[in-house]
Amino acid sequence: MSLKNWLFAAAAATCLTLPSVQAAQAEDSIYVPLFTYRTGPFAGSGTPIADGMHDYLTLLNERDGGIGGVKLIVDECETGYDTKKGLECYESVKPKHPVMVNPWSTGITLPLIPKAAVDKIPVLSMAYGLSASARGDIFPWIFNPPATYWDGFTQILKYIASQEGGDVEKLKGKKIGYIYLDASFGREPLPLIESLSKELGFEAKLYPVPAADMQNQSSQWLSVRRDRPDYMILYGWGALNSAAVKEAVKTNYPMDKFISIWWPSEDDARGGGDKAKGFKTLNWHAVGADFPLLADIQKYVVDAGKSQAAKDKVGQVLYNRGVYNSMLIAEAIRTAQQVTGNKVVTGEDVRRGLENLNIDEARLKEIGLEGFTQPVKLTCADHNGHFATFVQSWNGSAYEKASDYITPMNDKVEPLLEADAKAYAEKNAPWPERTEACDAK
Amino acid sequence: MLYRETGQFKQSYASDQAIFPILQDRIGLAIILAVAFVAIPLLGNEFVLASLMIPFLILSLGAIGLNLLTGYTGLLSLGTGAFMGVGAYAAYKLSTLFPGINILVWIVCSGFVAAGIGILVGLPSLRIKGFYLAVATLAAQFFLQWCFVRISWLYNDNPSGAIEVPARTLFGIAITGPSATPVTRYYVVLVIVAVMTLIASNIVHGRIGRTWMAVRDMDIAAQLMGIRLLRSKLLAFAVSSFYCGVSGALMVFLWLGAAEPSAFEINLSFLMLFMVIIGGLGSLIGSFMGTALIHILPILIRSLPEALGLPLAAATVEHLTFMIVGALIIFFLIVEPHGLARLWQIGKQKLRVWPFPY
Repeated sequence: MSLKNWLFAAAAATCLTLPSVQAAQAEDSIYVPLFTYRTGPFAGSGTPIADGMHDYLTLLNERDGGIGGVKLIVDECETGYDTKKGLECYESVKPKHPVMVNPWSTGITLPLIPKAAVDKIPVLSMAYGLSASARGDIFPWIFNPPATYWDGFTQILKYIASQEGGDVEKLKGKKIGYIYLDASFGREPLPLIESLSKELGFEAKLYPVPAADMQNQSSQWLSVRRDRPDYMILYGWGALNSAAVKEAVKTNYPMDKFISIWWPSEDDARGGGDKAKGFKTLNWHAVGADFPLLADIQKYVVDAGKSQAAKDKVGQVLYNRGVYNSMLIAEAIRTAQQVTGNKVVTGEDVRRGLENLNIDEARLKEIGLEGFTQPVKLTCADHNGHFATFVQSWNGSAYEKASDYITPMNDKVEPLLEADAKAYAEKNAPWPERTEACDAK
Repeated sequence: MLYRETGQFKQSYASDQAIFPILQDRIGLAIILAVAFVAIPLLGNEFVLASLMIPFLILSLGAIGLNLLTGYTGLLSLGTGAFMGVGAYAAYKLSTLFPGINILVWIVCSGFVAAGIGILVGLPSLRIKGFYLAVATLAAQFFLQWCFVRISWLYNDNPSGAIEVPARTLFGIAITGPSATPVTRYYVVLVIVAVMTLIASNIVHGRIGRTWMAVRDMDIAAQLMGIRLLRSKLLAFAVSSFYCGVSGALMVFLWLGAAEPSAFEINLSFLMLFMVIIGGLGSLIGSFMGTALIHILPILIRSLPEALGLPLAAATVEHLTFMIVGALIIFFLIVEPHGLARLWQIGKQKLRVWPFPY
């Protein structure tokens, strides 16, 4: 039985030595870790996002030799959408000096928020995470463009008003149902709903779906059938979205009055079958592969066998979202190179790059994404931008743009953000004052 | 030859009743402690400390808590995750309500809150046993989880719905929050876990532990011998929940740094139960071994391809890890259904008679 003891001893020995054998990074490259979840319960959404992010950065390496002549080291770390594994990923990439992290989970973002300033690694949580981190004066290291969940909610309300043929006054007397994941993400709009429903005079009906019952929403939709709301708003993730679409079809809810925040994918809508036509979601970038950049991705990455994505997946909603995320990463690195003059940038440089990020129409055209999305410009004070989004509608096989770009109700969202950011700093006292200087523009 | 108690005479009851009566065991323990207190902080990098050792110790503490209840007293519980959550939320509430008092005090106090909840949940245990009790604790798990989401007072009305850890110090050194170094956090966790393990060891070797084991083996017989069932079962629930509560508080304050309610969901309860079963029911060292198998082994397997320079995609490695760990769990359970602790014991027994086995 001493063999077993040997095994234990060997295991203990490897435990101490193995992780310290991490390869040292070359000096002339930029390390960009990608936190992905191709496994676990949310893999259906996570895989296209990971592919999009990976393929864009790989394209830059293959076609342009990196950014500004500096190669990118793209390294995936599998989180499985699990906070503990995400933190483990963070610890494992930290010694390699990443220029930024993209947690791709609100649960992983939250513990990283206080760490970012200490470790000097900016966090880019694209349209998720802590909404209040839009405030650059309190969260200098956190960025969450292009819109917060509060922005999204007001954009949906404005869209509903326009469907009713006018301004937000048209919402008066309407009954609006809100079906959401009963976790921090879905509960975030609740204070906004409370104040707006009083102010604009609509009646809000809440249908919380507990995380454990995502796939079983029959009781919620029974209530929907009883209440007959004029419109339904969905804030879901993973299986919740597909189940909601299926249930809505089953209850014969008019799909064109069912509007979701930006997370449902094609598969979520397709699950509802033919009757799911007309289902709407917010989005801030185009779908489809009809852009020079995506053609390049096909040519240099997918056809060359350097991607894990199937050919027909390129151009899907969540794939393009990954591309958009990587565009922000790449442009932030590029801006950092311009602002600091360094070729091999560090996390501190990229933080400045993000604050000076300015992707205008001309730059979008240069990238090969003309008409893909609206220009993005971040500032020292505003780390979100509160950009406009549009509504897209499911036609049975793809999403189609169904509205113009809708701006959020900034006057309603801004006070909430401010109060929230202040409360966060107070509750986490002593919260460090911002010491990073703003770049003059 | 090396591991033999021949010639070690005991001349007092105290030495006969010692937790480690054999000299070699004491030396072994001293080596383990020396490795834990000196070698690991010296040799390990930040990743080893922050991602391997701190979680390992914290989860081990929770596993010890569950082992006291399930392994020693025979009461099956599926509410471990929720009890850990109670500890975490209690520590969060207490430390934000009274920020002037040291966080370590509140971490220990959070254990008492969890113990109180544990007693309430344990009340039905007098009448129900086995699977029925498991269902009752499962109900507690769901109810408590619901509380963590729904009662906004618990998380100070944070719009994020999560509890965030404020920065706190001990003797001027940051022990929680972003500026606390992994080494400090490791030492804090290690001291707490070592002391609490010692206490647990004393409990299970003493009158209380024997009472629990009597209840586990046959509660009617125990009752006839004069053991008050309600009292000892509730005590088991209280002590077990205390350990789980402290473990949960440590998990949020010294490991994760912020936690959503989903951190304490049913998966965590199952994970803890796996650790205890694979490690060995009714064994403290088994709790550590089980945790090592469930927590440390996957990380080692995951880092193996990179260390060897194999170009495998992260997701593939993850799938492989699942398969290998799953196979290993089944392998170990087939080899020894009583867990790793039993293997360890058999190993020691064989060593004792080596090289002349009989």
